[in-house]
Amino acid sequence: MKLSVRSVYKTFHHSHRESTIALEDLSFDVQAGEFICLLGPSGCGKTTLLNIIAGLDKPDSGTVLMDGKEITGPGRDRVEIFQEPALFPWLNVLDNVAFGLDCIGMPRKKQAPKLGQYLRMVGLSSFRKAYMHELSGGMKQRVALARALAIEPDILLMDEPFAALDAQTRDMLHAELQEIWAKTGKTILFVTHNVREALVLGDRVLLLSARPGRLKRDFRCELPRPRHIEDFALIEAVRELLSDLREEVLAAQQKELEHEKLAA
Amino acid sequence: MKNWLLRIGFYLLLLAAWEILALVQIWPSYIFPSPGKVILSIWNGFADGSYPLAISISLRRIAIGYGISLLLGITLGVLLGRIQLIQKTLGSLLLGLQALPSVCWLPLALLWFGLSDKAIIFVVIMGAVLSISLATADGIRNTPPLFLHAAKTMGAAGFQLYFRVILPAALPSIISGMKLGWSFAWRSLMAGELLYAGLGIGYLLTMGRELNDMSQVIAVMLIIVLIGLTVDFLIFAPIERAIRERWGLQTAR
Ligand SMILES: Nc1ncnc2c1ncn2[C@@H]1O[C@H](COP(=O)(O)OP(=O)(O)OP(=O)(O)O)[C@@H](O)[C@H]1O
Ligand SMILES: [Mg+2]
Repeated sequence: MKLSVRSVYKTFHHSHRESTIALEDLSFDVQAGEFICLLGPSGCGKTTLLNIIAGLDKPDSGTVLMDGKEITGPGRDRVEIFQEPALFPWLNVLDNVAFGLDCIGMPRKKQAPKLGQYLRMVGLSSFRKAYMHELSGGMKQRVALARALAIEPDILLMDEPFAALDAQTRDMLHAELQEIWAKTGKTILFVTHNVREALVLGDRVLLLSARPGRLKRDFRCELPRPRHIEDFALIEAVRELLSDLREEVLAAQQKELEHEKLAA
Repeated sequence: MKNWLLRIGFYLLLLAAWEILALVQIWPSYIFPSPGKVILSIWNGFADGSYPLAISISLRRIAIGYGISLLLGITLGVLLGRIQLIQKTLGSLLLGLQALPSVCWLPLALLWFGLSDKAIIFVVIMGAVLSISLATADGIRNTPPLFLHAAKTMGAAGFQLYFRVILPAALPSIISGMKLGWSFAWRSLMAGELLYAGLGIGYLLTMGRELNDMSQVIAVMLIIVLIGLTVDFLIFAPIERAIRERWGLQTAR
């Protein structure tokens, strides 16, 4: 077992309103090399879960085990890629990608082959000297991906990394990501609220319920790869998952409404 | 380009008007000297070595004072920006002290340090350190938490977070604080030197007044403006431009 999430609870306390139960008794296992997509309505705790696995946040109770050891803080064996690319504007593309290796004090000479390899993998070799504001949204996400890959983690945690991109760019990145995954054999946890995206990418799609997030469905998708968002074979699976997701989205909205009423 | 022409034209016109007013002699020349006399005064001052001496004394003071302000201001700013308790206590004090023009520290400084360079340097520090530390604190508080998350997930910890993320992210803010600090330091130095005659450029100004030498007064004022602007143009403007370009911030105009 690469990763094991065991009855994780997480509640956020606020000073001026009722506290939010983000995750409730969430458990699932991930095998090494699996591509997992986490699907769920907005606010169900997907980001919270990823942050906990990344070690940036702690669960109230329950544990997350990686290779059988409990996760207590950030580690170079797991890297999170955020919804916004979070690239450093004071560094150029190359230096951004080198950030993690610079942090462990690896000399640039030794880094060079790796940096070159990952920049090539995301197709940004000719932009190594560019600064962040000179890049398009898709290029920024590519830099973020290369920056994470350069650390050579076992697990990639991706939080809706392509949500803000246009459809064409996203299609392209879907293809690239599947290719990179096949090439590197990483374990990937990919958060999305797009059913199609989840089915294009995932071996398994974990559907979380509306807040508090619980595991509602563990869906296996064994369609042949590489998959494309317009593949005919996807439609059946999409339909099935979509009806489940819709229930949860409705439930989430219902809850919001009740809250509004209570507040009014 | 057009702006350049406009500006040069304006200053030529100003100079011409000055020359004409001086020629007409509405006021006696010891009250209103001609540009020529002022230039002569500058020439003489450099020729007899009194101006270079005064300038070097003042520059030494500001170099020491501003240097200490930078070290102190940035360190203080980091503490203010990162530690709530310090922000709430010391932060409010510093904010309040901003209302005190730094030259008001001179009497206290003279009592503490006596009639020495130290007193003036102290006033310079009090002028610069507040704006540097407050701007630094501001920049550090506004570091996007996402940057910290990203750095941590890539394995940065402890001091690395400061030197690789927090300080670089706050750099634009720190630089503008440094620039503001410089102009406060320069003003404080001049005010200090004017009040307490201890050589330096401000002292030349006092001398000019005491000798009723109006052209020296104007000459020294010009030198003060020139030094202030030169530092701005040669040091701060290029740094700011480089940062704006790198960050992709909109350049003014
Ligand atoms: N730091 C925090 N402080 C307080 N509440 C928080 C915090 N982070 C998350 N929450 C709350 O926890 C719940 C889950 O948030 P989370 O960001 O994990 O949702 P999400 O599934 O990622 O949503 P989205 O799809 O919109 O990104 C939300 O109701 C949110 O308001
Ligand atoms: Mg989220």
